Amino acid sequence: MTDTQKSHPSGEDRMATEHLRSSTSNEIIDQEFMGPDAPQASGLPGGTTAEEVTAAVVHGGGVWKDFRRRVGSNKAAVVALCVIGFLILVAIIGPFITPDDPNQQNLRAVLLDPFTNGHILGTDQLGRDILSRLIVGTRVSLIAIAIAIGVSMVIGVPIGFVSGFLGGRFDAVVMRVNDALMSFPPLLLAIALVAVLGPSLVNAMMVVGLLMSPRFVRLVRGVVIGLKEETYVEASRSIGTSTGSIIVKHILPNTLSPLTVAVAVTAGYAMLTEAGLSFLGLGVQPPDASWGSMIREGFLYYGRSPWLGIFPGIMIAITVFTFVTLGDGLRDALGREERKE
Amino acid sequence: MLKFILYRILSTIPVLILVTFAVFSLVLLIPGDPAVTIAGPDATVEQVAQVRERLGLNRPIIVQYWDWITGALQGDLGTSLFTSRPVSTSIADGLPVTLSLAVMALLISLLIALPTAVISAVKRGTWIDRVATVGSSLGIALPSFWLGLVFVLIFSLGLGWLPATGYVPITESPGQWLEHIILPALTLGIAGAAESTRQLRGSIIGVSQQEFIRTARSKGLREGKVIGKHIFKNASVPLVTVLGLQITALLGGAVLVEQIFGVPGLGQIAIQAVTTRDIPVIQGIVLISVLVAMISNLLVDLTYGYLNPKVRPR
Repeated sequence: MTDTQKSHPSGEDRMATEHLRSSTSNEIIDQEFMGPDAPQASGLPGGTTAEEVTAAVVHGGGVWKDFRRRVGSNKAAVVALCVIGFLILVAIIGPFITPDDPNQQNLRAVLLDPFTNGHILGTDQLGRDILSRLIVGTRVSLIAIAIAIGVSMVIGVPIGFVSGFLGGRFDAVVMRVNDALMSFPPLLLAIALVAVLGPSLVNAMMVVGLLMSPRFVRLVRGVVIGLKEETYVEASRSIGTSTGSIIVKHILPNTLSPLTVAVAVTAGYAMLTEAGLSFLGLGVQPPDASWGSMIREGFLYYGRSPWLGIFPGIMIAITVFTFVTLGDGLRDALGREERKE
Repeated sequence: MLKFILYRILSTIPVLILVTFAVFSLVLLIPGDPAVTIAGPDATVEQVAQVRERLGLNRPIIVQYWDWITGALQGDLGTSLFTSRPVSTSIADGLPVTLSLAVMALLISLLIALPTAVISAVKRGTWIDRVATVGSSLGIALPSFWLGLVFVLIFSLGLGWLPATGYVPITESPGQWLEHIILPALTLGIAGAAESTRQLRGSIIGVSQQEFIRTARSKGLREGKVIGKHIFKNASVPLVTVLGLQITALLGGAVLVEQIFGVPGLGQIAIQAVTTRDIPVIQGIVLISVLVAMISNLLVDLTYGYLNPKVRPR
C-alpha cells in the first residue's frame, strides 16, 4: 500500500491554495466523497493519469466502459448494487405482492406478535399487517431519497460547474453562500423549514435536497478547478479546441466518478434525514407510511409491542448500510487505480 | 498568526449576516399570508390583525430584520406567540441541557473513535480493520432515534438499570444527572463515533502515504517511531476538524434523541414550537444553534491555522 504513486506533483500547491479559499472543515466532507487523498485527487477522479483519461476519451465511450470495468471489479460495490436493485424492484412491484392490504384495519387483531394468525411480522395498533406496510413503505422511502438527491443535484451541479469554470468574483460569492448554508445544523434547519412550509413528504425532501446541495457545489467546483489546470486540457486548448468542446469531451466525463460516489453517500444521509423527519411527524403523513413514520408509531407502543418499531429500523439500517458500502466501494473502484503489475 | 485570526474573523461577518437574514426570512416562506396562517384557521379578522401588528409584518422586510437583529444583539429574541414567554428565557432553560448532552455524547464518541481509528489504520487491510470498518458503517446506518428505543427496551424496560425518560440538572444531583444522561448521550455518541472513526482512519492513512513517511522509513526509523512521531503528529490536525463537524451534527441529532428520552432541551422546545408554528421561538432556536455551530467552526479553523502554518494567508 505504501508504494502507491502520487500522480500529481502539483497537488501540494493546490492543497495550499484550496485551504485559503474556504474553511477547513469542508475538507473532511470532500474526504467523505473522495477518499483519504481528497485534496490531491480533486484534480482528477482519483489520480487517473492524463494519458489514461485522454486514451479513454479517444476510444469513444471509453469512460463508460472504464467505469463499468472498475465498478465490476469491486465485490462490495457489486453486492451493494444488487441489494439496491432488489429494493427498487420491491418499490416497483411492492403493492402487488403484499400478503395483506397494508391499510386494511382489523381492530380485533391489534398489536399481534410476529408469526401469529398468518402475520409474519405481526400487526400494528390498528391491526394492519406490518410486513405489508414495510413493503409498501419501501416505495415511499426510496422516492424520498430520489427527490432529495434530484433537488440537490439540480441546484448543486450547475452552480458548482459555473463557479469552478468562471472563478473570480462569482465564485467568491457562491462559496460564501455555500459556507453559510453549510454552517447550519442540517436536521434542525430542515425541521424549521418544514414547520414553516407545512409537513409533507415532498416539502421535507425538497428541504433536505436544498440543504445537501452545497456538498455538490463544492465537489463539482473542485473537480472543474482541478481539471482546468491539467496539462492535457491546456494542450487541448492550445491546439484550438473550443471551450464547449473541452467541457463536453474532457470536463463532463471526469465529473462522473466523483458524482457517483457523492450520490451514494448522499442517498444514505437522505434516508436517515427522511426517517428522522417522518419520526417527528414532519415527513410522510398518515395513512401513508415510510419506515421512519412506522418507527414513530412503534414509539407510542414500545412498552407493549416493541416489534412495531424494531422492524422498520432494521430496514433503514440495511438500506443506509448498503448505500454507505456502495459509496466506499465506488470510491475505491473509481478512485486512484493501484497498478497491479 | 494575528493576521490570520483577523482575516478569519472578518470573513465570518458576511456569512453571519447571510445566515441571520436566512433565519429571519423563515417567516417569509410561509405560504399565503403569514399572519393568517400563524393566527390559525379559527381566528377572527381582529386576531389576524393583532398577529400582524405583533410580528410587525406590515413593515418592509429590511426594517423588520433590522429590529429583530438589533433586538437579538441585546438578548431580546421576541416572545412566544403561545406561551407569551420571552424566547430568550426558553432558550436559556434549554441550552444548558442540550449542551451537557452534546458534551457527554462528544466525549463518548471520542472514547470510541480514537482507539478504533488508530488500530484500524495501523492494521490496515487486516481483519481488525475490516471489522472496524463494517462496524463504523453500521454505526452510521442505525437511525439514532431507533437505537435510543432499543436501548430503552434493553436497559430500562428489560434490565431496569437506568431510567427510560426524564432529566435531572447536574446542579441538583450529579449522580442522578449521569443516570439520566448516559443513555441519551450513548445514543447520540454512537453515530458520532462511527463518523469520526471513518474520518480519522482516512486521515491517518492519508498521512501514512505521504513521501516524508517513506523517507522516515527508508532512513531506518523504527516502525513505532514512524507511527508515533510522524504519522500521529500530522494526523492529529484533522482531529480538530472532526471535532468541529461533530458539534454541528450533535446539535441536530439532539433534537431526535431528546424526543425519545424526554430530555427538556432545545430540541423539545423546537418540536413544540414547530407543532404550533411558533415562529419567534423557531427563529430563536435556529439562530442560537447556528451561532454555536459557527463559533465552534471558527475556533476549529483558528486552531487549524495555529497547528498548520500553510493554511494562513501569505
